[in-house]
Amino acid sequence: MSMEKVDELLTKPLVVINLGLSGFADSLEAQEVEVIQVDWVPPAGGDSELMDILDKLM
Amino acid sequence: MPLGFRILNNQYFDSVFLMRVNKRLSEEPGVQDSAVLMGSEGNKKLLVELDLSAPGVQQANANDLIVVLRADSEERCAEVLARLPDYLKGGGGEDVERRFRTLEAGIQEKPAANLAVISVPGEFAAREARKALEKGLHVFLFSDNVSIKDEKALKDYASTQGLLVMGPDCGTSLIGGVGIGFANAVRKGLIGALGPSGTGLQEFTCQVHNAGFGISHAIGTGSHDLSDQVGGITTLTGLDALDRDPGTEAIAIISKPPGTRTLETVMDRIKTCHKPVIACFLGLQTELPNTNKAFIPCDTIDAAVKASIHAIGGDLTTTSSVEGFDNKDMLSQEGAGISTVNKSLRGLFAGGTFCYQTQDIFRRNGISLKSNAPLQKDQMLEHPDHCSGHCVIDMGDDYFTQGRPHPMIDGTERAKRILQEARDPELRVLLLDFILGYNASRDPVGELAGAIHDAQDWVQQRGRRLSVIASICGTEDDPQELKLQERMLTELGVVVFRSNARAAQFCLDLIRQV
Repeated sequence: MSMEKVDELLTKPLVVINLGLSGFADSLEAQEVEVIQVDWVPPAGGDSELMDILDKLM
Repeated sequence: MPLGFRILNNQYFDSVFLMRVNKRLSEEPGVQDSAVLMGSEGNKKLLVELDLSAPGVQQANANDLIVVLRADSEERCAEVLARLPDYLKGGGGEDVERRFRTLEAGIQEKPAANLAVISVPGEFAAREARKALEKGLHVFLFSDNVSIKDEKALKDYASTQGLLVMGPDCGTSLIGGVGIGFANAVRKGLIGALGPSGTGLQEFTCQVHNAGFGISHAIGTGSHDLSDQVGGITTLTGLDALDRDPGTEAIAIISKPPGTRTLETVMDRIKTCHKPVIACFLGLQTELPNTNKAFIPCDTIDAAVKASIHAIGGDLTTTSSVEGFDNKDMLSQEGAGISTVNKSLRGLFAGGTFCYQTQDIFRRNGISLKSNAPLQKDQMLEHPDHCSGHCVIDMGDDYFTQGRPHPMIDGTERAKRILQEARDPELRVLLLDFILGYNASRDPVGELAGAIHDAQDWVQQRGRRLSVIASICGTEDDPQELKLQERMLTELGVVVFRSNARAAQFCLDLIRQV
Protein backbone atom coordinates (compact mmCIF):
# COMPACT_ATOMS: atom_id res chain seq x y z
CA MET A 1 0.00 0.00 0.00
CA SER A 2 1.28 3.44 -0.93
CA MET A 3 2.17 5.60 2.04
CA GLU A 4 1.87 8.78 0.01
CA LYS A 5 -1.03 10.04 2.14
CA VAL A 6 0.93 9.62 5.39
CA ASP A 7 3.90 11.44 3.85
CA GLU A 8 1.56 14.25 2.81
CA LEU A 9 0.17 14.48 6.34
CA LEU A 10 3.70 15.16 7.59
CA THR A 11 4.62 17.66 4.90
CA LYS A 12 1.45 19.59 4.01
CA PRO A 13 -0.49 22.03 6.22
CA LEU A 14 -3.08 20.41 8.46
CA VAL A 15 -6.75 21.01 7.70
CA VAL A 16 -8.74 19.60 10.60
CA ILE A 17 -12.30 18.53 11.29
CA ASN A 18 -12.67 18.55 15.08
CA LEU A 19 -15.44 16.30 16.38
CA GLY A 20 -16.19 16.78 20.06
CA LEU A 21 -14.26 18.81 22.64
CA SER A 22 -14.25 22.38 21.34
CA GLY A 23 -11.08 23.20 23.30
CA PHE A 24 -9.12 21.07 20.82
CA ALA A 25 -10.38 23.25 17.94
CA ASP A 26 -9.57 26.42 19.92
CA SER A 27 -5.97 25.35 20.52
CA LEU A 28 -5.55 24.44 16.83
CA GLU A 29 -6.95 27.83 15.81
CA ALA A 30 -4.54 29.50 18.22
CA GLN A 31 -1.75 27.78 16.25
CA GLU A 32 -3.22 29.18 13.01
CA VAL A 33 -4.43 25.79 11.77
CA GLU A 34 -7.46 25.65 9.48
CA VAL A 35 -10.10 23.87 11.56
CA ILE A 36 -13.85 23.26 11.52
CA GLN A 37 -15.58 22.57 14.82
CA VAL A 38 -18.32 19.96 14.64
CA ASP A 39 -20.64 20.22 17.65
CA TRP A 40 -21.25 16.52 17.49
CA VAL A 41 -24.37 14.93 18.98
CA PRO A 42 -25.01 11.19 19.20
CA PRO A 43 -26.90 10.08 16.08
CA ALA A 44 -30.33 8.54 16.57
CA GLY A 45 -30.30 9.59 20.24
CA GLY A 46 -27.51 7.10 20.83
CA ASP A 47 -29.67 4.10 19.88
CA SER A 48 -27.22 1.62 18.36
CA GLU A 49 -29.83 -0.28 16.31
CA LEU A 50 -31.12 2.93 14.79
CA MET A 51 -27.55 4.04 14.11
CA ASP A 52 -26.91 0.84 12.14
CA ILE A 53 -30.03 1.50 10.07
CA LEU A 54 -28.92 5.10 9.48
CA ASP A 55 -25.47 3.91 8.37
CA LYS A 56 -27.04 1.52 5.86
CA LEU A 57 -29.25 4.28 4.46
CA MET A 58 -26.31 6.66 3.93
CA MET B 1 -30.32 12.73 52.25
CA PRO B 2 -32.68 14.06 49.53
CA LEU B 3 -31.88 13.52 45.89
CA GLY B 4 -33.05 15.88 43.13
CA PHE B 5 -32.63 15.60 39.41
CA ARG B 6 -33.43 17.24 36.08
CA ILE B 7 -33.37 15.82 32.58
CA LEU B 8 -32.98 18.39 29.82
CA ASN B 9 -34.05 16.75 26.57
CA ASN B 10 -32.00 17.23 23.41
CA GLN B 11 -29.36 19.41 24.99
CA TYR B 12 -25.92 18.02 24.24
CA PHE B 13 -22.76 19.38 25.85
CA ASP B 14 -19.19 18.10 25.73
CA SER B 15 -17.82 16.21 28.73
CA VAL B 16 -15.15 18.74 29.69
CA PHE B 17 -17.74 21.52 29.92
CA LEU B 18 -20.06 19.30 31.98
CA MET B 19 -17.26 18.40 34.41
CA ARG B 20 -16.71 22.12 35.01
CA VAL B 21 -20.45 22.60 35.63
CA ASN B 22 -20.38 19.65 38.02
CA LYS B 23 -17.47 21.14 39.92
CA ARG B 24 -19.33 24.43 40.39
CA LEU B 25 -22.50 22.61 41.49
CA SER B 26 -20.59 20.48 43.97
CA GLU B 27 -19.17 23.63 45.56
CA GLU B 28 -22.66 25.04 46.27
CA PRO B 29 -23.41 25.24 50.01
CA GLY B 30 -25.50 22.30 51.15
CA VAL B 31 -24.69 20.12 48.12
CA GLN B 32 -23.17 16.81 49.22
CA ASP B 33 -22.79 15.07 45.88
CA SER B 34 -23.62 15.77 42.26
CA ALA B 35 -23.34 14.44 38.72
CA VAL B 36 -23.80 16.25 35.41
CA LEU B 37 -23.67 13.83 32.49
CA MET B 38 -25.16 13.06 29.11
CA GLY B 39 -27.65 10.18 29.25
CA SER B 40 -25.60 7.51 27.46
CA GLU B 41 -25.97 3.90 28.63
CA GLY B 42 -22.46 4.00 30.16
CA ASN B 43 -23.22 7.18 32.09
CA LYS B 44 -26.52 5.83 33.38
CA LYS B 45 -24.69 2.77 34.73
CA LEU B 46 -22.12 5.07 36.32
CA LEU B 47 -24.90 6.96 38.13
CA VAL B 48 -26.14 3.68 39.60
CA GLU B 49 -22.57 2.87 40.75
CA LEU B 50 -22.26 6.32 42.31
CA ASP B 51 -25.63 5.82 44.05
CA LEU B 52 -26.92 8.91 42.25
CA SER B 53 -29.61 7.32 40.11
CA ALA B 54 -33.35 7.84 40.32
CA PRO B 55 -36.08 5.98 38.40
CA GLY B 56 -36.74 8.84 35.94
CA VAL B 57 -33.05 9.22 35.13
CA GLN B 58 -32.92 5.88 33.34
CA GLN B 59 -35.40 7.20 30.71
CA ALA B 60 -32.87 9.73 29.38
CA ASN B 61 -31.11 9.07 26.08
CA ALA B 62 -27.64 9.98 24.86
CA ASN B 63 -28.80 13.42 23.66
CA ASP B 64 -30.37 14.32 27.01
CA LEU B 65 -28.54 16.06 29.83
CA ILE B 66 -28.89 14.53 33.30
CA VAL B 67 -28.22 16.59 36.42
CA VAL B 68 -28.44 14.83 39.79
CA LEU B 69 -27.86 16.41 43.21
CA ARG B 70 -27.78 15.14 46.76
CA ALA B 71 -28.24 18.06 49.16
CA ASP B 72 -29.09 18.84 52.79
CA SER B 73 -32.79 19.31 52.03
CA GLU B 74 -35.32 18.99 49.21
CA GLU B 75 -35.59 22.79 49.17
CA ARG B 76 -31.84 23.12 48.66
CA CYS B 77 -31.95 20.60 45.77
CA ALA B 78 -34.75 22.59 44.14
CA GLU B 79 -32.98 25.93 44.64
CA VAL B 80 -29.76 24.76 43.03
CA LEU B 81 -31.51 22.95 40.18
CA ALA B 82 -33.57 26.08 39.45
CA ARG B 83 -30.35 27.90 38.63
CA LEU B 84 -29.22 25.32 36.06
CA PRO B 85 -29.69 27.62 33.03
CA ASP B 86 -27.07 29.98 34.54
CA TYR B 87 -24.59 27.16 35.01
CA LEU B 88 -25.07 25.94 31.47
CA LYS B 89 -24.47 29.32 29.81
CA GLY B 90 -21.58 29.30 27.37
CA GLY B 91 -21.55 25.56 26.86
CA GLY B 92 -23.21 25.48 23.45
CA GLY B 93 -26.39 23.65 24.42
CA GLU B 94 -29.73 24.81 23.18
CA ASP B 95 -29.34 28.51 22.70
CA VAL B 96 -26.49 28.68 20.23
CA GLU B 97 -27.18 28.18 16.57
CA ARG B 98 -24.81 25.44 15.58
CA ARG B 99 -23.28 25.26 12.16
CA PHE B 100 -22.09 21.67 11.98
CA ARG B 101 -23.47 18.62 13.73
CA THR B 102 -21.92 15.75 11.79
CA LEU B 103 -18.60 14.72 10.34
CA GLU B 104 -20.16 14.77 6.87
CA ALA B 105 -21.29 18.38 7.30
CA GLY B 106 -17.79 19.37 8.41
CA ILE B 107 -16.19 17.67 5.40
CA GLN B 108 -18.68 19.34 3.08
CA GLU B 109 -17.56 22.71 4.44
CA LYS B 110 -13.84 21.82 4.36
CA PRO B 111 -13.28 19.37 1.48
CA ALA B 112 -9.50 19.85 1.75
CA ALA B 113 -9.52 18.40 5.28
CA ASN B 114 -6.78 15.82 5.88
CA LEU B 115 -7.24 15.02 9.60
CA ALA B 116 -10.20 14.24 11.85
CA VAL B 117 -9.63 14.92 15.55
CA ILE B 118 -12.22 12.85 17.41
CA SER B 119 -13.06 13.18 21.11
CA VAL B 120 -16.66 11.95 21.25
CA PRO B 121 -17.70 9.44 23.96
CA GLY B 122 -15.95 6.08 23.52
CA GLU B 123 -19.06 4.11 22.66
CA PHE B 124 -19.54 6.23 19.49
CA ALA B 125 -15.88 6.89 18.68
CA ALA B 126 -15.05 3.85 16.49
CA ARG B 127 -18.06 4.56 14.28
CA GLU B 128 -17.01 8.18 13.69
CA ALA B 129 -13.36 7.19 13.15
CA ARG B 130 -14.38 4.59 10.56
CA LYS B 131 -16.46 7.18 8.70
CA ALA B 132 -13.51 9.61 8.71
CA LEU B 133 -11.18 6.92 7.30
CA GLU B 134 -13.74 6.05 4.62
CA LYS B 135 -13.71 9.72 3.62
CA GLY B 136 -9.91 9.55 3.26
CA LEU B 137 -9.00 11.41 6.45
CA HIS B 138 -6.23 10.51 8.87
CA VAL B 139 -7.54 10.19 12.42
CA PHE B 140 -6.39 11.49 15.80
CA LEU B 141 -8.64 9.56 18.19
CA PHE B 142 -8.54 11.04 21.69
CA SER B 143 -11.53 9.02 22.92
CA ASP B 144 -10.82 6.05 25.17
CA ASN B 145 -13.07 3.08 25.95
CA VAL B 146 -12.79 1.85 22.37
CA SER B 147 -12.48 -1.94 22.30
CA ILE B 148 -9.24 -3.59 21.17
CA LYS B 149 -11.24 -5.37 18.47
CA ASP B 150 -12.52 -2.04 17.11
CA GLU B 151 -9.03 -0.52 17.36
CA LYS B 152 -7.49 -3.38 15.39
CA ALA B 153 -10.25 -3.20 12.76
CA LEU B 154 -9.80 0.58 12.37
CA LYS B 155 -6.03 0.28 12.05
CA ASP B 156 -6.20 -2.65 9.62
CA TYR B 157 -8.61 -0.68 7.45
CA ALA B 158 -6.44 2.47 7.68
CA SER B 159 -3.43 0.42 6.52
CA THR B 160 -5.27 -0.70 3.40
CA GLN B 161 -6.03 2.96 2.63
CA GLY B 162 -2.55 4.30 3.42
CA LEU B 163 -3.91 6.29 6.36
CA LEU B 164 -2.72 6.86 9.92
CA VAL B 165 -4.81 6.28 13.07
CA MET B 166 -3.29 8.03 16.10
CA GLY B 167 -5.21 6.45 19.00
CA PRO B 168 -7.62 5.50 20.45
CA ASP B 169 -6.72 6.96 23.84
CA CYS B 170 -4.21 9.24 22.13
CA GLY B 171 -3.40 12.26 24.28
CA THR B 172 -0.95 14.11 22.13
CA SER B 173 0.71 14.50 18.73
CA LEU B 174 2.86 17.16 17.13
CA ILE B 175 2.54 17.19 13.36
CA GLY B 176 4.75 19.65 11.52
CA GLY B 177 5.04 21.82 14.62
CA VAL B 178 1.30 21.80 15.35
CA GLY B 179 0.27 20.47 18.74
CA ILE B 180 -2.87 18.30 18.73
CA GLY B 181 -4.71 17.47 21.96
CA PHE B 182 -2.61 17.88 25.11
CA ALA B 183 0.56 19.07 23.45
CA ASN B 184 3.14 21.74 24.25
CA ALA B 185 4.40 24.69 22.25
CA VAL B 186 7.54 23.09 20.87
CA ARG B 187 9.76 24.46 18.09
CA LYS B 188 10.26 22.53 14.85
CA GLY B 189 13.48 20.60 14.49
CA LEU B 190 15.17 17.44 13.34
CA ILE B 191 14.08 14.87 15.94
CA GLY B 192 11.05 12.67 15.28
CA ALA B 193 9.25 10.82 18.06
CA LEU B 194 6.68 8.08 18.44
CA GLY B 195 4.86 6.64 21.38
CA PRO B 196 1.66 5.45 22.97
CA SER B 197 2.03 7.64 26.04
CA GLY B 198 0.75 11.19 25.96
CA THR B 199 2.73 12.52 28.89
CA GLY B 200 5.82 10.53 27.84
CA LEU B 201 5.83 12.28 24.46
CA GLN B 202 5.12 15.63 26.13
CA GLU B 203 8.10 15.18 28.47
CA PHE B 204 10.37 14.15 25.60
CA THR B 205 9.35 16.98 23.27
CA CYS B 206 9.50 19.65 26.03
CA GLN B 207 12.97 18.57 27.10
CA VAL B 208 14.19 18.63 23.49
CA HIS B 209 12.75 22.15 23.14
CA ASN B 210 14.12 23.37 26.47
CA ALA B 211 17.57 22.14 25.43
CA GLY B 212 17.39 24.41 22.38
CA PHE B 213 16.52 21.78 19.77
CA GLY B 214 13.26 20.88 18.04
CA ILE B 215 10.83 18.20 16.92
CA SER B 216 9.94 17.33 13.33
CA HIS B 217 6.88 15.28 14.28
CA ALA B 218 5.79 13.43 17.41
CA ILE B 219 3.24 10.76 16.52
CA GLY B 220 0.96 9.55 19.30
CA THR B 221 0.00 5.96 18.61
CA GLY B 222 -2.65 5.28 21.30
CA SER B 223 -2.08 3.47 24.57
CA HIS B 224 -2.73 -0.07 23.25
CA ASP B 225 -0.90 0.13 19.93
CA LEU B 226 2.16 -1.85 21.07
CA SER B 227 0.08 -4.62 22.65
CA ASP B 228 0.25 -7.98 20.91
CA GLN B 229 -3.46 -7.75 20.10
CA VAL B 230 -2.94 -4.61 18.01
CA GLY B 231 0.62 -5.43 16.95
CA GLY B 232 2.06 -1.91 16.73
CA ILE B 233 0.31 -1.02 13.46
CA THR B 234 0.50 2.75 14.03
CA THR B 235 4.01 2.57 15.49
CA LEU B 236 5.29 0.73 12.42
CA THR B 237 3.50 3.07 10.00
CA GLY B 238 4.88 6.07 11.93
CA LEU B 239 8.38 4.62 12.05
CA ASP B 240 8.32 4.11 8.26
CA ALA B 241 7.00 7.64 7.71
CA LEU B 242 9.64 9.26 9.95
CA ASP B 243 12.32 7.17 8.27
CA ARG B 244 11.23 8.58 4.90
CA ASP B 245 10.60 12.13 6.16
CA PRO B 246 13.31 14.47 4.83
CA GLY B 247 12.90 16.75 7.87
CA THR B 248 13.69 14.01 10.42
CA GLU B 249 17.28 12.98 11.22
CA ALA B 250 16.76 10.76 14.28
CA ILE B 251 13.75 8.87 15.66
CA ALA B 252 12.89 8.28 19.32
CA ILE B 253 10.33 5.77 20.60
CA ILE B 254 8.99 6.46 24.12
CA SER B 255 6.82 3.68 25.53
CA LYS B 256 6.12 1.15 28.21
CA PRO B 257 7.42 -2.29 27.17
CA PRO B 258 5.63 -3.58 24.05
CA GLY B 259 4.06 -7.03 23.93
CA THR B 260 6.64 -9.78 23.40
CA ARG B 261 5.76 -10.51 19.77
CA THR B 262 5.30 -6.84 18.93
CA LEU B 263 8.69 -5.98 20.44
CA GLU B 264 10.29 -8.48 18.05
CA THR B 265 8.44 -6.98 15.09
CA VAL B 266 9.43 -3.43 16.06
CA MET B 267 13.06 -4.46 16.61
CA ASP B 268 13.14 -6.15 13.20
CA ARG B 269 11.82 -2.96 11.62
CA ILE B 270 14.36 -0.81 13.48
CA LYS B 271 17.15 -2.93 11.95
CA THR B 272 16.21 -1.67 8.50
CA CYS B 273 15.84 2.01 9.49
CA HIS B 274 18.12 4.43 7.69
CA LYS B 275 18.28 6.82 10.64
CA PRO B 276 19.41 6.45 14.26
CA VAL B 277 16.60 5.04 16.43
CA ILE B 278 16.54 5.78 20.15
CA ALA B 279 14.25 3.46 22.11
CA CYS B 280 13.12 4.14 25.65
CA PHE B 281 10.91 1.23 26.72
CA LEU B 282 10.32 2.28 30.33
CA GLY B 283 10.26 -0.64 32.72
CA LEU B 284 11.63 -3.17 30.23
CA GLN B 285 13.46 -5.80 32.25
CA THR B 286 15.18 -7.65 29.43
CA GLU B 287 18.21 -6.53 27.44
CA LEU B 288 17.36 -5.27 23.97
CA PRO B 289 19.39 -6.84 21.18
CA ASN B 290 21.91 -4.39 19.78
CA THR B 291 20.60 -4.54 16.24
CA ASN B 292 22.99 -2.07 14.68
CA LYS B 293 25.20 0.79 15.70
CA ALA B 294 22.47 3.31 14.94
CA PHE B 295 20.18 1.78 17.61
CA ILE B 296 20.38 3.31 21.08
CA PRO B 297 18.39 1.80 23.97
CA CYS B 298 17.73 4.16 26.93
CA ASP B 299 16.39 3.66 30.46
CA THR B 300 14.81 7.08 30.99
CA ILE B 301 13.17 9.79 28.92
CA ASP B 302 16.06 12.12 29.88
CA ALA B 303 18.58 9.62 28.47
CA ALA B 304 16.50 9.38 25.28
CA VAL B 305 16.53 13.18 24.95
CA LYS B 306 20.30 13.28 25.37
CA ALA B 307 20.88 10.42 22.90
CA SER B 308 18.49 11.96 20.33
CA ILE B 309 20.24 15.33 20.49
CA HIS B 310 23.61 13.60 20.18
CA ALA B 311 22.29 11.64 17.18
CA ILE B 312 21.59 14.87 15.27
CA GLY B 313 25.03 16.25 16.11
CA GLY B 314 24.03 18.34 19.14
CA ASP B 315 25.48 18.37 22.61
CA LEU B 316 23.11 18.49 25.55
CA THR B 317 25.81 19.27 28.12
CA THR B 318 26.41 22.72 26.69
CA THR B 319 22.84 23.70 25.89
CA SER B 320 20.79 22.09 28.64
CA SER B 321 18.81 24.30 30.96
CA VAL B 322 19.63 23.53 34.56
CA GLU B 323 17.52 23.81 37.66
CA GLY B 324 19.56 26.70 39.01
CA PHE B 325 20.75 25.01 42.20
CA ASP B 326 23.47 22.60 43.24
CA ASN B 327 21.98 19.14 43.61
CA LYS B 328 24.24 18.11 46.48
CA ASP B 329 23.60 21.29 48.46
CA MET B 330 19.86 20.95 47.91
CA LEU B 331 20.01 17.31 48.95
CA SER B 332 21.72 18.11 52.25
CA GLN B 333 19.33 21.02 52.83
CA GLU B 334 16.23 18.91 52.21
CA GLY B 335 17.73 15.85 53.89
CA ALA B 336 18.09 17.56 57.26
CA GLY B 337 15.62 15.94 59.60
CA ILE B 338 15.22 12.65 57.73
CA SER B 339 14.49 10.06 60.36
CA THR B 340 13.36 6.49 60.59
CA VAL B 341 10.02 7.65 62.02
CA ASN B 342 8.69 9.61 59.07
CA LYS B 343 10.55 8.61 55.95
CA SER B 344 7.94 7.72 53.39
CA LEU B 345 7.70 8.98 49.84
CA ARG B 346 4.30 9.72 48.35
CA GLY B 347 4.07 10.56 44.67
CA LEU B 348 0.80 12.00 43.38
CA PHE B 349 0.88 12.16 39.59
CA ALA B 350 -1.27 13.67 36.87
CA GLY B 351 0.86 11.93 34.21
CA GLY B 352 0.70 8.14 34.07
CA THR B 353 4.15 7.89 32.48
CA PHE B 354 5.67 9.92 35.31
CA CYS B 355 4.20 7.51 37.85
CA TYR B 356 5.60 4.61 35.82
CA GLN B 357 9.06 6.11 35.23
CA THR B 358 9.41 6.97 38.92
CA GLN B 359 8.72 3.36 39.87
CA ASP B 360 11.23 2.15 37.29
CA ILE B 361 13.98 4.46 38.57
CA PHE B 362 13.41 3.21 42.13
CA ARG B 363 13.20 -0.42 40.96
CA ARG B 364 16.56 -0.18 39.24
CA ASN B 365 17.96 1.06 42.53
CA GLY B 366 16.49 -1.80 44.53
CA ILE B 367 13.41 -0.08 45.99
CA SER B 368 9.90 -1.23 45.10
CA LEU B 369 7.16 1.36 45.22
CA LYS B 370 3.54 0.43 45.76
CA SER B 371 1.09 1.92 43.30
CA ASN B 372 -2.42 1.79 41.91
CA ALA B 373 -0.63 1.44 38.54
CA PRO B 374 2.29 -0.79 39.53
CA LEU B 375 5.19 -1.99 37.40
CA GLN B 376 4.55 -5.46 38.78
CA LYS B 377 1.24 -6.82 39.98
CA ASP B 378 2.57 -7.75 43.43
CA GLN B 379 3.16 -4.04 44.12
CA MET B 380 -0.53 -3.18 43.60
CA LEU B 381 -1.98 -1.08 46.42
CA GLU B 382 -4.83 -2.71 48.28
CA HIS B 383 -6.92 0.41 47.67
CA PRO B 384 -6.06 3.48 45.55
CA ASP B 385 -7.27 5.77 48.35
CA HIS B 386 -4.89 4.43 51.00
CA CYS B 387 -1.09 4.52 51.06
CA SER B 388 1.40 3.03 53.48
CA GLY B 389 5.17 3.11 53.08
CA HIS B 390 6.59 4.41 49.81
CA CYS B 391 3.74 4.83 47.31
CA VAL B 392 3.08 6.51 43.99
CA ILE B 393 -0.43 7.17 42.73
CA ASP B 394 -1.48 7.70 39.12
CA MET B 395 -4.39 10.09 39.68
CA GLY B 396 -5.28 9.96 35.98
CA ASP B 397 -6.31 6.33 36.46
CA ASP B 398 -9.95 5.43 35.72
CA TYR B 399 -10.65 5.02 39.43
CA PHE B 400 -10.11 8.75 39.97
CA THR B 401 -11.50 10.07 36.69
CA GLN B 402 -14.86 8.31 36.27
CA GLY B 403 -17.30 11.20 36.10
CA ARG B 404 -14.58 13.59 37.29
CA PRO B 405 -12.07 15.68 35.34
CA HIS B 406 -8.57 14.37 34.70
CA PRO B 407 -5.94 15.92 37.01
CA MET B 408 -4.28 17.49 33.97
CA ILE B 409 -7.29 19.77 33.56
CA ASP B 410 -8.45 20.14 37.16
CA GLY B 411 -6.41 19.77 40.33
CA THR B 412 -9.31 19.43 42.80
CA GLU B 413 -8.89 15.73 43.56
CA ARG B 414 -5.10 15.96 43.77
CA ALA B 415 -5.35 18.91 46.19
CA LYS B 416 -7.59 16.82 48.47
CA ARG B 417 -5.16 13.91 48.29
CA ILE B 418 -2.17 16.11 49.21
CA LEU B 419 -3.96 17.11 52.42
CA GLN B 420 -4.88 13.48 53.12
CA GLU B 421 -1.25 12.36 52.76
CA ALA B 422 -0.02 15.23 54.94
CA ARG B 423 -2.06 13.84 57.83
CA ASP B 424 -0.16 10.55 57.64
CA PRO B 425 2.71 10.76 60.15
CA GLU B 426 4.83 8.54 57.84
CA LEU B 427 5.02 11.22 55.13
CA ARG B 428 8.44 12.80 54.62
CA VAL B 429 8.76 13.43 50.85
CA LEU B 430 5.94 14.46 48.52
CA LEU B 431 6.60 14.16 44.76
CA LEU B 432 4.32 15.96 42.31
CA ASP B 433 4.21 16.59 38.57
CA PHE B 434 2.83 19.62 36.74
CA ILE B 435 1.95 19.40 33.07
CA LEU B 436 1.57 22.55 30.99
CA GLY B 437 0.50 22.96 27.38
CA TYR B 438 -2.56 23.32 25.20
CA ASN B 439 -5.82 22.12 26.78
CA ALA B 440 -4.23 21.48 30.18
CA SER B 441 -5.28 23.47 33.26
CA ARG B 442 -4.53 27.18 32.81
CA ASP B 443 -2.88 27.31 36.24
CA PRO B 444 -1.82 23.84 37.39
CA VAL B 445 0.44 25.12 40.18
CA GLY B 446 -2.12 27.68 41.36
CA GLU B 447 -4.70 24.88 41.74
CA LEU B 448 -2.45 22.97 44.16
CA ALA B 449 -0.63 25.88 45.84
CA GLY B 450 -3.14 26.19 48.69
CA ALA B 451 -3.02 22.46 49.42
CA ILE B 452 0.80 22.39 49.34
CA HIS B 453 0.94 25.35 51.74
CA ASP B 454 -1.65 23.82 54.10
CA ALA B 455 0.15 20.45 54.02
CA GLN B 456 3.46 22.10 54.91
CA ASP B 457 1.75 24.01 57.74
CA TRP B 458 0.04 20.90 59.11
CA VAL B 459 3.27 18.91 59.15
CA GLN B 460 5.34 21.75 60.63
CA GLN B 461 2.85 22.35 63.43
CA ARG B 462 3.34 18.72 64.46
CA GLY B 463 7.11 19.04 64.59
CA ARG B 464 7.73 17.03 61.44
CA ARG B 465 9.51 17.92 58.18
CA LEU B 466 8.11 17.67 54.70
CA SER B 467 10.10 18.00 51.48
CA VAL B 468 7.98 18.78 48.44
CA ILE B 469 9.66 17.89 45.14
CA ALA B 470 8.09 18.67 41.77
CA SER B 471 8.73 18.27 38.08
CA ILE B 472 7.28 20.58 35.46
CA CYS B 473 6.67 19.40 31.93
CA GLY B 474 6.33 22.46 29.70
CA THR B 475 8.02 25.14 27.65
CA GLU B 476 8.31 28.90 27.94
CA ASP B 477 5.93 29.23 24.96
CA ASP B 478 3.10 27.27 26.62
CA PRO B 479 -0.01 29.26 27.56
CA GLN B 480 0.66 28.77 31.31
CA GLU B 481 4.12 30.40 31.28
CA LEU B 482 6.70 27.90 32.50
CA LYS B 483 8.77 30.40 34.48
CA LEU B 484 5.73 31.80 36.30
CA GLN B 485 4.63 28.29 37.31
CA GLU B 486 8.17 27.45 38.45
CA ARG B 487 8.42 30.64 40.48
CA MET B 488 5.13 29.93 42.27
CA LEU B 489 6.51 26.55 43.32
CA THR B 490 9.91 27.81 44.48
CA GLU B 491 8.18 30.53 46.51
CA LEU B 492 6.34 27.74 48.32
CA GLY B 493 9.70 26.12 49.11
CA VAL B 494 9.20 23.33 46.56
CA VAL B 495 12.31 21.88 44.89
CA VAL B 496 11.54 22.08 41.16
CA PHE B 497 12.98 20.04 38.30
CA ARG B 498 12.25 20.27 34.59
CA SER B 499 12.34 16.50 34.41
CA ASN B 500 10.40 13.76 36.15
CA ALA B 501 13.45 11.47 36.06
CA ARG B 502 15.65 14.02 37.82
CA ALA B 503 12.93 14.76 40.39
CA ALA B 504 12.49 11.02 41.03
CA GLN B 505 16.26 10.51 41.35
CA PHE B 506 16.41 13.38 43.85
CA CYS B 507 13.64 11.75 45.93
CA LEU B 508 15.51 8.44 45.78
CA ASP B 509 18.72 10.07 47.02
CA LEU B 510 16.75 11.87 49.73
CA ILE B 511 15.09 8.83 51.24
CA ARG B 512 18.38 6.90 51.02
CA GLN B 513 19.83 9.33 53.57
CA VAL B 514 17.86 7.57 56.30
